[in-house]
Amino acid sequence: MSESLIEVSGLCVDYGLGAGAVHAVVDAELTLRRGEVLGLAGESGSGKSTLAYAITRLLRSPGVITAGQARFGSSVNLLTAGQRQLRGLRWNEIAVVLQSSMNALNPVLSIGVQLSDVLRAHRPGMSRAARRARSGELLEMVGIPADRLGNFPHELSGGMRQRVMIATALALDPSVVIMDEPTTALDVVTQREILEELMALRDRLGFAVLFISHDLSLLVEVADSIAVMYAGRLVERAGANAIFRAPRHPYSLGLLSSFPPLHGPRRVMEGIPGSPPDLRDAPAGCTFHPRCRFAFDRCRHDPPPLLDLEHGTRTVACWRQDGTAVVPPELARAGPGAPDPAAIGGQP
Amino acid sequence: MTIIPVDRAGRAGTSGARPVLEARGLTKHFPVRRGARQAMVHAVEDVTLALPDGGITAVVGESGSGKSTLARMLAQLIKPTAGTVLLDGAAAPGRRRYASAVQLVLQDPFSSLNPVHSVRYHLARPLQIHGLNGTGNGHGLDSLVADLLTRVSLTPAEQFAAKYPHELSGGQRQRVAIARALAVQPRVLLADEPVSMLDVSIRLGVLNLLAGLRENEGLTILYVTHDIASARYLADVIAVMYAGEVIESGPAAQVTDQPAHPYTQLLLSAAPDPDRTRPPSLAGRGAPPNLIQPPSGCRFHPRCPHAMQVCAQDRPSAVAVALGHSSACWLHAKDLTSAQSRPLPAAGRGTDSQPAGPDADAAPGPGSGEEKR
Repeated sequence: MSESLIEVSGLCVDYGLGAGAVHAVVDAELTLRRGEVLGLAGESGSGKSTLAYAITRLLRSPGVITAGQARFGSSVNLLTAGQRQLRGLRWNEIAVVLQSSMNALNPVLSIGVQLSDVLRAHRPGMSRAARRARSGELLEMVGIPADRLGNFPHELSGGMRQRVMIATALALDPSVVIMDEPTTALDVVTQREILEELMALRDRLGFAVLFISHDLSLLVEVADSIAVMYAGRLVERAGANAIFRAPRHPYSLGLLSSFPPLHGPRRVMEGIPGSPPDLRDAPAGCTFHPRCRFAFDRCRHDPPPLLDLEHGTRTVACWRQDGTAVVPPELARAGPGAPDPAAIGGQP
Repeated sequence: MTIIPVDRAGRAGTSGARPVLEARGLTKHFPVRRGARQAMVHAVEDVTLALPDGGITAVVGESGSGKSTLARMLAQLIKPTAGTVLLDGAAAPGRRRYASAVQLVLQDPFSSLNPVHSVRYHLARPLQIHGLNGTGNGHGLDSLVADLLTRVSLTPAEQFAAKYPHELSGGQRQRVAIARALAVQPRVLLADEPVSMLDVSIRLGVLNLLAGLRENEGLTILYVTHDIASARYLADVIAVMYAGEVIESGPAAQVTDQPAHPYTQLLLSAAPDPDRTRPPSLAGRGAPPNLIQPPSGCRFHPRCPHAMQVCAQDRPSAVAVALGHSSACWLHAKDLTSAQSRPLPAAGRGTDSQPAGPDADAAPGPGSGEEKR
């Protein structure tokens, strides 16, 4: 297994202080390995973006990190690093692509200026000509002709703007790129093109990606492994195929059956009853229990810990999986590799 | 939750049913200023669509394809530049009578409800305006409101009636918006992206609600969406729009399983699909054209991997490829001359669109020449 780049353990993030604080992220455990695409799935309010902001220390007030650890590589403690150290890490090692590229690019500066601005700030030794050449190279890397450097953001389509954001993030050859819903606002064809480019660049440059998205069906396609969050807690983590073929947490199962398939017989799907909890008043015990059809007494009182399953290849936070309770067949499907006629949708 | 018969595909043949609402040759051009000159955005061009009684028709397209403009024309919120809307085969009646038959549900339940009014007010208003308040006293109105809330599964109804929009989740708000549309007992519900603003886990609930309304009450539904998988799930018939035109329509499962138009094929290959074992290959990269000067002939021809000479010259008309399944593509036309069917060189494709995405092995498209990897 390749070395881990980012290791998060026991991370808790609150919004606000004291009794009225909202626990946006609770006890997050996450490992991002070199060259890996880790999908972080969850609905709005599940804490997936907050988690990413906490790791990069981009969290804004009233967000507060209240507990836990986050390490970059073997030496850097991300949560205690000073501004100077963070400045050296950000963009150089950890770059971020935000969801709305419309707001992330400065409308009154050409994209060439914005690209070379990054280089000027982080690579002071670089000459003007070298910066310009590198900016052009970066644009071409994401499939935009270099002669577009003089264009302003409003002259580019949404897809191209998002490509510029990716080029900007890659400007300093980071080893980690955090992408927060990078293609959500785009049409499917553009989304697919950008994902293809991203994966090709990943193969070529070897950066790791933390890919945050609400679209689990998309993550199954692009990610190597997937972590699913619900109401601020990590509920399951496994290989992308393992989650898709054999989810172990009822929420993952429900989320997967919320995406109608593109093939096969059309059948009625149930989705997940109810709606996500209000974090100001999160349910006791397992936060998912009010919507869970497999919940039993214990789920209503004790929050489930993250359990290692299948020789430590995956973790799940569900009392059904701790070995003492009956595991419903839906949550005990054979994983990928084993023939599994019950897999959702089946093979085309 | 409403009980729905398991296979909705069986209803795909509703094309035989009498259409309740019909669009005939609907066209909408929006004037825009381009510097000092006035230009026209050709948002919707000559769209003919029939909504069969008790059927669910989906209109699928990307942003800018004209699908919402079409829905708004069908709701008579905007006036078509050309073409007519027929209700029960006759020209649309006056505003209020039309509204009592055809109702629109909008995408964003966060802005379509008035924050200073209670749910009860939102539902009682249309009842009063349309003179449906039963006996005329408040009690009749209350029971009608409760009945509406029960129909959209917001129970206990008395509790929900007293709430304000900010006290409701997105899914609940959208249900209130649907209940409001149902208040006037419409026969047609136009739903413009009703679930795209909602959380993933509650989308199916709202889709199933729409399916249940059709099943139990015979409501005719137009479902406008960008998500072809959800259209396949919900609808009997799918019409695919591209750059303001309907380019393919047919039974939902057939359109998604055997797409006839190259654009539908592209759309399906780009859609997320966890079942896919290897990455899809996209044929026809790039972006939709500028609708101020749409491409001549077929509007998809600058991106189409199969483009022929004729595609750049003449607009293709819908050709039946199977029962109830038609595609507006010259590939399905018979007796093209050899000159017409000659492949179109990439250079000959006049277009205003954005450069296509990179990929050297992709079909030649605008801008693909300068891409490199």
